[in-house]
Amino acid sequence: MAVDASTSARGDLILKNLTKSYGEFNAVDDLSLVIPKGSFFALLGPSGCGKTTTLRMVAGLEEPTSGSIFVGETEITDMKPYRRPVNTVFQNYALFPHLTIYENIAFGLRRRGISEAEVKTAVDKVLNLIELPQLASRKPNQLSGGQQQRIAVARAIVNRPALLLLDEPLGALDLKLRRQMQIELKWIQTEIGITFVHVTHDQEEAMTMADTIAVMNKGKIEQMGTPEELYDSPKTSFVANFLGQSNLIPGEVSGNDGDNLIVDLFGTKVAVPKARSSALGKSVLVGIRPEKFRIAAEGKSTHGNVLTGGVVSDVSYIGVSTQYQVEMPSGKELMVFEQNDDDEEMLRKGAKVVLSWEPTFTFALDGSENVSAGSH
Amino acid sequence: MAAVKGASAKVFGLKDNKSILPYLLLIPGLLWLALFFIVPIFSLGQMSTKVAGAQTGEFVQGYRFANYVDAFNASTEQFLRSFLYGILATIIALAIAYPLAYAIAFKSGRFKNILLVLVVAPFFVSFLLRTIAWKQILGEEGPVVSVLRTLHLISDTTSITSSAFAVVTGLAYNFLPFMTLPLYASLERIDPRTLEAAGDLYANGFTTFRKVTVPLSMPGVVAGTLLTFIPAAGDYINATILGSPSNKMLGNVIEARFFKIVDYPAAAALSFTLMAAILVLVTIYIRKAGTEELL
Repeated sequence: MAVDASTSARGDLILKNLTKSYGEFNAVDDLSLVIPKGSFFALLGPSGCGKTTTLRMVAGLEEPTSGSIFVGETEITDMKPYRRPVNTVFQNYALFPHLTIYENIAFGLRRRGISEAEVKTAVDKVLNLIELPQLASRKPNQLSGGQQQRIAVARAIVNRPALLLLDEPLGALDLKLRRQMQIELKWIQTEIGITFVHVTHDQEEAMTMADTIAVMNKGKIEQMGTPEELYDSPKTSFVANFLGQSNLIPGEVSGNDGDNLIVDLFGTKVAVPKARSSALGKSVLVGIRPEKFRIAAEGKSTHGNVLTGGVVSDVSYIGVSTQYQVEMPSGKELMVFEQNDDDEEMLRKGAKVVLSWEPTFTFALDGSENVSAGSH
Repeated sequence: MAAVKGASAKVFGLKDNKSILPYLLLIPGLLWLALFFIVPIFSLGQMSTKVAGAQTGEFVQGYRFANYVDAFNASTEQFLRSFLYGILATIIALAIAYPLAYAIAFKSGRFKNILLVLVVAPFFVSFLLRTIAWKQILGEEGPVVSVLRTLHLISDTTSITSSAFAVVTGLAYNFLPFMTLPLYASLERIDPRTLEAAGDLYANGFTTFRKVTVPLSMPGVVAGTLLTFIPAAGDYINATILGSPSNKMLGNVIEARFFKIVDYPAAAALSFTLMAAILVLVTIYIRKAGTEELL
């Protein structure tokens, strides 16, 4: 079999109104998305949000109920998996246990009838890229988890697909190795310039590697953007809570001073940049990331937005920072992360405190959002 | 507590009584093997070189190794037939069992357990009865003959009992579960994601089967073929019930020598020869199956 014309399709990955239903349940619900060629794209969401189903439809392992999938100009919706210009790094790697590492990597090349000499060149090259040339004659079960992971990546990228799909590729590795592999995967992607579509439930992993993240929930995309955009200006409470942590405080818009909305939070007026508000009406949820708060003992001088009358209800010291739980007069519990970078004394449980923060660090969601959606 | 442990260790004369546990667990099996395998093998070996004594049924040790040559020369035909029938029955059983095991492992869904019970169900009937039933099925009034005659595949006078066909299919039928179960076990263990991975790496359905499913099921193929071939080659019941005198296998010869002619040394020599031949063949087979070429 010569190299199939269809496998040479190149370009952006385009999903149009993609839906996958199981009976009444829509695992993926009318999803439309353009993933630019050459990008590192992450589909992030909790388990059951439809991210893996989306990936499997792109790979051809799952048939869409409706909608279509394109790579550049070529429609691949009904194409058999083995005809698609797509390769996958499977969760738990799915290496062929009966074949050597060399033969595992050569598998895709051989199916396309590439000459023995070219197979050898390509396999050697990719083994050098992942820095494991000495493992060529081993069997998969003789390798460590991290090595198997890299072989799984090598087995896929050696085929130079238009698109590399990664299904929770680092889930089986321990934390330290995971960090290392995140950097390595990002480096490989930059090196070979193939579009990577990475499915994960780990927000830190997505933020470390991806240029663009789509946060998925209940078969739909909640929000899409760069890691910075999603973290600084979440548009829904799900994104605000799933990507990092957020304090969401209900309030009423009472006016504006040009660039800022003035919001009344239980009687205290705070400023929120208009650019970072996605509120539709007067009722809003004011969002402040826990590390943006400054915490000080009552009576100390403060600036910016200020909330008074808090009482420390819990303290946990975790080395780089101290995490405080602060109960406000309204009964609302707020989370505060304070860097341990000064010699200020740690506040004790029961201490009366005042919280303040820079108005630019505030975002606002529409008041109809569910405060606890997407919480860990 | 520590004192008790120390005392018990002293009783056994070992530092740690954990280390003798595996040996204790081996004892029943070893005793069984010694009593019912090693001892009979020895007495069979001794018998195989004995010569006839003064009375009928009495044999004295004469270390006559020519017994082997004589017995083999007298039954070369049955000897070769045993292997031919055994191999044919194994091939037929493999051809039937592989798709069956594949379907149960990958396509049966919630019917998996029922189908597995059905595979083993024939074992609830005795081996002898099953073979007699097979004779009924292939017999003059049976469904197989009437279908074949209606289709004019055989003439009205041709019979299919008392034939090599009946013996070989009987063997295949009787040992089918021995083939199916190990095949099922090895197919069921295959991670479906490796099959998906093959598809993802440009292998179509057939190539995936050939390059991934078959190699990964080889342990089951080897186990199944051995479990079928070894008893089939030594079997005599199928040839007795389903075959004609021209379909006799080595098992029939051994049986006749033991119980009809009362020539124990020749029977013992043939038993040993059969065992050795199977051992050699199986060794070659396992070595071949272990290499990449066979895959």
